[in-house]
Amino acid sequence: MEVSFSPLGDTAVVIEVADAITPKAKSDVQILSACLDLNSPEWMLEYVPAYTSVTVFYDPLKITRNNTLPYEIVCKEIRKMCNTLKGYEDPVSRTIKIPVCYGGTFGPDLDFVAKHNGLSNQDVIDIHTSGEYTVYMIGFAPGFPFLGGMSERIATPRRESPRLSIPERSVGIAGMQTGVYPIETPGGWQLIGRTPIRLFQAENKIPSLLRAGDNVVFFSINQKEYLNWKE
Amino acid sequence: MIHIIKPGLLTTVQDLGRYGYQKYGVITSGVMDHLAHRIANLLVGNEEKKATLEVTLVGPVIQFEKDALIALSGADLSPTINGKPVRMWRTLFVKKGSKLKFGRCRQGCRTYIAIAGGINVPKVMNSQSTYLRAGIGGFEGRALEADDRLVTGELSRLSKDITSIITEEVDDEASELDWSIATSFISTYSSERYLIRTMEGRQFDLFDETSRQVFFENEFKVTTQSDRMGYRLKGANLHVAEAGELISEAVAFGSVQVPSDGNPIILLADRQTTGGYPKIGQVATVDFSKLAQMKPGDKLRFKKITHEEAQVLYLEQEESIQQLRQGILLKARR
Repeated sequence: MEVSFSPLGDTAVVIEVADAITPKAKSDVQILSACLDLNSPEWMLEYVPAYTSVTVFYDPLKITRNNTLPYEIVCKEIRKMCNTLKGYEDPVSRTIKIPVCYGGTFGPDLDFVAKHNGLSNQDVIDIHTSGEYTVYMIGFAPGFPFLGGMSERIATPRRESPRLSIPERSVGIAGMQTGVYPIETPGGWQLIGRTPIRLFQAENKIPSLLRAGDNVVFFSINQKEYLNWKE
Repeated sequence: MIHIIKPGLLTTVQDLGRYGYQKYGVITSGVMDHLAHRIANLLVGNEEKKATLEVTLVGPVIQFEKDALIALSGADLSPTINGKPVRMWRTLFVKKGSKLKFGRCRQGCRTYIAIAGGINVPKVMNSQSTYLRAGIGGFEGRALEADDRLVTGELSRLSKDITSIITEEVDDEASELDWSIATSFISTYSSERYLIRTMEGRQFDLFDETSRQVFFENEFKVTTQSDRMGYRLKGANLHVAEAGELISEAVAFGSVQVPSDGNPIILLADRQTTGGYPKIGQVATVDFSKLAQMKPGDKLRFKKITHEEAQVLYLEQEESIQQLRQGILLKARR
């Protein structure tokens, strides 16, 4: 696997597998993650997979070194791991359906997204619900899925300044990405709707409903269905 | 057992953070000032990772329902025990019934209260840290409130040794050991406080020439929109040379990201796990404590250092903590 390294401060390294979001990048990230799980070097605190990168956080004190700085050794050891990677099959993907109540107070930026793309609000909803999405990573907030596969026709840049508070379960768009806010948090995404289902369940062993590799489909529900939704 | 009579502005249970769950989007949380937290724990004979109380600007009133060995570190909020001033950065012995109070903020923003034996709250995802937004960890997933009662843990052998030394020496309601920690630690909080050693961030080269220059030259102010998640700064406006959307990736404590309004944000203990704004800088671990002790209105400047320098400084700081650890062991074992 072709990878490049760069530091994220003095205790982490970003391993990049590609510079664009592609199915190959997604599969490389999953392979690398599986490999880190398997080898789990003593100096590794944890790793964070993303669209095109895996970031490894490490404890510099646990690295045996002879007058070499920790970063160099970490890179060398990870490179060694990458060179030994053999065939790996993507696990079978699950498909998860997520109901969304679009627009109104639930989606205050639906108008903006429509206007920005020269569409009607209904067009945005139709395009958003017709997509088949893949979970590239979970991040930013507990259980927050970053989804690939959104149509370019509804792509909209992030807000100029992030909102200080976004209600939990809001569905948003940022650039070419779409996702759902599992808990109340600040954020810069354009909000187009809200789902009644919980994506973060702290009581579960794996606290996130969605996992990297899952397929996701959105479908539109009205306000009444939203209010009466039962998980 | 300790009894919270008044909670203060924001007092939470924190340890060194929750690791291993960032891949599910669960943030690390944990103390803002890891150095102060670790030293306070060492002074009472605890392991460095034990949970402490993190106090913010306005301190709580705490009554000790049994004798306790404690230490206060970080910000100086004029602490008193039963009305008598006590010193920061010292091992203190407090008798049952004593009241710890705080007053005016003399310096810094966050004080740590370590109690020998630590605080017995359940671990959630392998950590005792409070994650306020998700309502998990710490004491019932929230900041402390009046009338909360926290149970303290078993004393380590070292804590017992320190207790017997301190109780031999005095019979007052509150007493302190004359051990003082190396001034080099405390100077972390005083000398050149506002100079924050910082490396170029992962997207430094994407910024226009002026931004790259003023980032390391101009002063920035910590605004009131600042909390454990991050400090929003006000100063020169920073801009990327060519606008475009970035692919989200991991961020770290001390990452300095710039949203398109041009005002940088330093990410801290309650930061999200990933981010999509370009990172112009990355603060070196050695200066995390200085950052943690800043409050709204404080000014700072980013001082440029290399990645190599940051690593060396990291190792030196850890070496001095190691020496402190050894020193305490030697003194306690006599």
